[in-house]
Amino acid sequence: MKVYVEVLVRYTAEGTVVPISFMWEDGRRYQIERVKNVQRCASRKAGGCGIMYTCIVQGKETHLYFEDDSAGRWFLERKAS
Amino acid sequence: MERTVLHSDCNCFYASVEMLHHPETRNVPMAVGGDPEARHGIVLTANYIAKRMGVKTGMALWQARQVCPQIVFISPHYDQYIRFSRYAREIYSSFTDQQEPFGLDECWMDVTESTSIKGDGLKIAEEISSRIKKELGITVSIGVSWNKIFAKLGSDYKKPDAITVFTQENFRKLIWPLPAGDLFYVGRATQRKLGKLGIFTIGDIAESDPEILHSHLGKVGYVLYSYANGWNDDPVCKEGYEAPVKSVGNSCTTPRDLTTDLDVRIIQQALAESVSARLRENGFLCRTVEISVRTNGLVWFSRQKKLPRPTNVTDEITKAAWELFRASYRWEAPIRSLGIRGTDLVSGQMPVQLDLFTNEQQRDKKKRMDRAVDEIRRRFGYYAVQRAFVYEDKALMKLDAKKDHTIHPAGYFHSAM
Repeated sequence: MKVYVEVLVRYTAEGTVVPISFMWEDGRRYQIERVKNVQRCASRKAGGCGIMYTCIVQGKETHLYFEDDSAGRWFLERKAS
Repeated sequence: MERTVLHSDCNCFYASVEMLHHPETRNVPMAVGGDPEARHGIVLTANYIAKRMGVKTGMALWQARQVCPQIVFISPHYDQYIRFSRYAREIYSSFTDQQEPFGLDECWMDVTESTSIKGDGLKIAEEISSRIKKELGITVSIGVSWNKIFAKLGSDYKKPDAITVFTQENFRKLIWPLPAGDLFYVGRATQRKLGKLGIFTIGDIAESDPEILHSHLGKVGYVLYSYANGWNDDPVCKEGYEAPVKSVGNSCTTPRDLTTDLDVRIIQQALAESVSARLRENGFLCRTVEISVRTNGLVWFSRQKKLPRPTNVTDEITKAAWELFRASYRWEAPIRSLGIRGTDLVSGQMPVQLDLFTNEQQRDKKKRMDRAVDEIRRRFGYYAVQRAFVYEDKALMKLDAKKDHTIHPAGYFHSAM
């Protein structure tokens, strides 16, 4: 399942986008400890495609996607529907 | 040196993009088709499950439902298809700058120059295929050969998610037994003519007498003969190459059948506004206006007339279209769809010969009015300003022809033939 989330983002002086934290659907805000990798990727699980940020959140790997279409939203994959 | 040409074809492109976004449609028969409410009722693409049940591209939605009652329809999202097409081309461009798109979902690439670094055609095709699968979540079929025709044949040879390589060594064995209709530019009519000559396979074409083909098919005969033998050295155009625009046109299937002159005027107004706005946007004037009419019995005809002077003034195009319609149609049957096209284009910068009898002042006023309308619509949307008479029928009014215009691949021959 695809869940659109609110994301706090930092733009570096070079224009690189670094996600800082996101708000999950339960209203809790999660800090992103580190971004391991950035690449274009499709998510069959969520049903979408965009730029995938492989993030470390609470010590675990999470994929945060930026959907670069006209709306330009961020989404996460929810494990079960 | 022999070229390495790839042809990549996204499998059921529209359906694949929709299946990615709607996981619930992945395991059921599904087709992308126009809005059945607005009667744009045909299947644009079906997924493989629907295809296996007999759903074909171009079927009316009700026909599709007849062969496959549980089918799910999704309205097309062109912005998404354009976006995915762009991503695919970004991937292609990491291998070559010689890429020539053919519609949104197909593309030729000449990767000859990359083979020394990236490996042979098959290796490059594998890399493209796996990147598209991973990054876009859709699949492609790729044909690899030394010319564009066989490369395209290769991408059709095995589907979905496959790679086919045709070499000088294997093409006689693999391509020649294929039916003649599989060859590029052999349509139904040509196939029928070839059948009468006893030519049924691509091999038959290759081994026939080119003069006989020529005498029955005209110059296409020679072309097909050389295609079938693999003698094709058309270059793959450089990225960004676009065929020169030859005409600007719009057509639409109307929300309901048209039965009166007023109905036609409302639709023609919308179409003419779109055509003239697009002419202005691209800096063209047209010298000929063409209309097309399709009745509800699906009888189709077109008529055209030359204008006294090149124009992109909305009023002049509307007037010409209306005159053509009045002169050519006597309401034998209600009308299902209408089109207007401006052809015979010249640059908007071209100096124009004035004449004594046209009121230039008024013409200039009209041009300024068009510009004002364009600007208002750009800022506030299409419906911000409209002709009053269009309000006579609110159902027909819901037509923004410019935004809704469809996407067609350009002809393969550009203007060479």
